[in-house]
Amino acid sequence: MGLKPQNLHKEPILNCSVTFKINGEERNVSIQPWVSLLDCLRDHLNLTGTKKGCDHGQCGACTVLCDGKRILSCLTLAVMKDGAEITSVEGIAKGDDLHPIQQAFIDHDAFQCGYCTPGQICSAIGLLNEGKAGSREEVKELMSGNLCRCGANVGIIDAIMQVKDGGSYE
Amino acid sequence: MNNFGYKQAEDTREAISLIEHNETAKFVAGGTNLIDLWKYNIANPSQLIDINHLAELSEIKTLEHGGLRLGAGVKNADTAYHPVVEHQYPLLSKAILAGASAQIRNMASNGGNLLQRTRCYYFYDAEVPCNKRIPGSGCPAKDGYNRIHAILGTSEHCIAVFPSDMCVALAALDAVVNITGPTGNRSIAFADFHRLPDNRPDLDNNLKKDELITSIDLPEKGFAANYAYLKLRDRHSYAFALVSVATALELKGNTIEDVKIALGGVAHKPWRSTEAEEFLKGKAANAENFSIAADLILQGAKGFGYNEFKIKLAKKAIIRNGLMALNPESQLPGAQPSA
Ligand SMILES: Cc1cc2nc3c(=O)[nH]c(=O)nc-3n(C[C@H](O)[C@H](O)[C@H](O)COP(=O)(O)OP(=O)(O)OC[C@H]3O[C@@H](n4cnc5c(N)ncnc54)[C@H](O)[C@@H]3O)c2cc1C
Ligand code: FES
Ligand code: FES
Repeated sequence: MGLKPQNLHKEPILNCSVTFKINGEERNVSIQPWVSLLDCLRDHLNLTGTKKGCDHGQCGACTVLCDGKRILSCLTLAVMKDGAEITSVEGIAKGDDLHPIQQAFIDHDAFQCGYCTPGQICSAIGLLNEGKAGSREEVKELMSGNLCRCGANVGIIDAIMQVKDGGSYE
Repeated sequence: MNNFGYKQAEDTREAISLIEHNETAKFVAGGTNLIDLWKYNIANPSQLIDINHLAELSEIKTLEHGGLRLGAGVKNADTAYHPVVEHQYPLLSKAILAGASAQIRNMASNGGNLLQRTRCYYFYDAEVPCNKRIPGSGCPAKDGYNRIHAILGTSEHCIAVFPSDMCVALAALDAVVNITGPTGNRSIAFADFHRLPDNRPDLDNNLKKDELITSIDLPEKGFAANYAYLKLRDRHSYAFALVSVATALELKGNTIEDVKIALGGVAHKPWRSTEAEEFLKGKAANAENFSIAADLILQGAKGFGYNEFKIKLAKKAIIRNGLMALNPESQLPGAQPSA
């Protein structure tokens, strides 16, 4: 019953020109409409920091910030983000200066294999931007969209609590 | 996966005209359901019409007679955290925040939430029969692994569940869905928006293929003093409901003046029972009465093997949630039971 990849559109499908600001730099790509933002970052822009876990919205590994908000790049088409400002994990540190969240992840052993980490870090910054999490319980609930197969969750929540309650994260 | 064309619609009229002239085109809002289904080869759109730039869909505004209009394009997160929603309709806020994850709620639109498709495993597997996907092919869920499936309103053709949390609250609040299409505008009461499967499980709701949801209206009454949303699932968070309950009470002392109860995770649409709500009116808000109401709501409930447990679970959830609605502050974050 499976369909082979095919063009169901009656007209030829042209590549779309998409311009976004990625990690502060304006980039233009000519891209097919069905390419996800995740594949666009990794395969077209060579930004491989953002990871593909499930490719179905179920793990959070592909989390990036779009206009300051955390989203899943695997369920977003690159064409839908023309004109947007995207921050991936490569854009979090300022040169050699780690973002406080990155430092806190190191301080709290908030990873083992590191595969979920880029998504966790972008998600944590999104959470801090949103400003909706007060208690540790709320932080856990609002970080539930990022799974960690290594089970570093306690360290991850510790790291976020440190930055949140310790003040500055910008 | 098939290839598809892409076009951004500038306004509502263009969006309608694009879809009217292409049978196999689809609107895309957040994309969190459609793009997932496309990746699984369940949705095969020939063209995506991006409706994210339609100004008309992008606002939340108060209505003259006191209600609130939620634009179909507004994100689930922006809706849940909107000050009027938080204060006047906290039940809706709570239900939205119990769904999916923070990232998905930042992407998902209100219109898309109403139109998300079932999470039935057989529906999601393009290699097996499914009456919802291929009418007439059969329903493997009835005799298969049906832990997440429906106990109410099922038909011999389909036992799938409508998975939304937001819609359970919208059903309880008696929302209205505003629609535009090639022949003009119309509105559908929330209770009539989604359908039961009957002999057409391929139709989830009564929206026509070339119609666009523009907004959802909430009536003035938001039940902000006594409400609760309880979501029971296999994992603490980021999982679909096995059973969920939205309860809205209006009390005078301990007497129930008005009540709305909607269930999620148990049927092809959010489930309400007029009989149960009528029974509760004028009665004391206590476990005994909520228990009688639960039996009325669950009249005719039928399990299919692996989902039998839902009948008992739903009964307990209705009672528990009724009691929690007496003291909304007691609830833990994420629509969990009270401590
Ligand atoms: C991993 C995961 C977990 C989830 N968990 C939950 C959960 O626990 N609870 C829950 O409630 N939901 C959950 N969801 C579902 C999520 O809420 C929906 O995917 C989302 O609400 C759909 O909105 P969207 O804007 O992304 O829709 P899209 O994917 O863009 O569209 C969905 C459908 O609606 C149509 N459409 C969209 N807008 C309109 C409009 N205005 N008019 C007409 N047609 C329109 C599209 O053509 C498409 O057919 C989960 C999703 C994922 C991926
Ligand atoms: S790769 Fe996007 S959520 Fe898993
Ligand atoms: S550190 Fe290995 S998955 Fe999180």
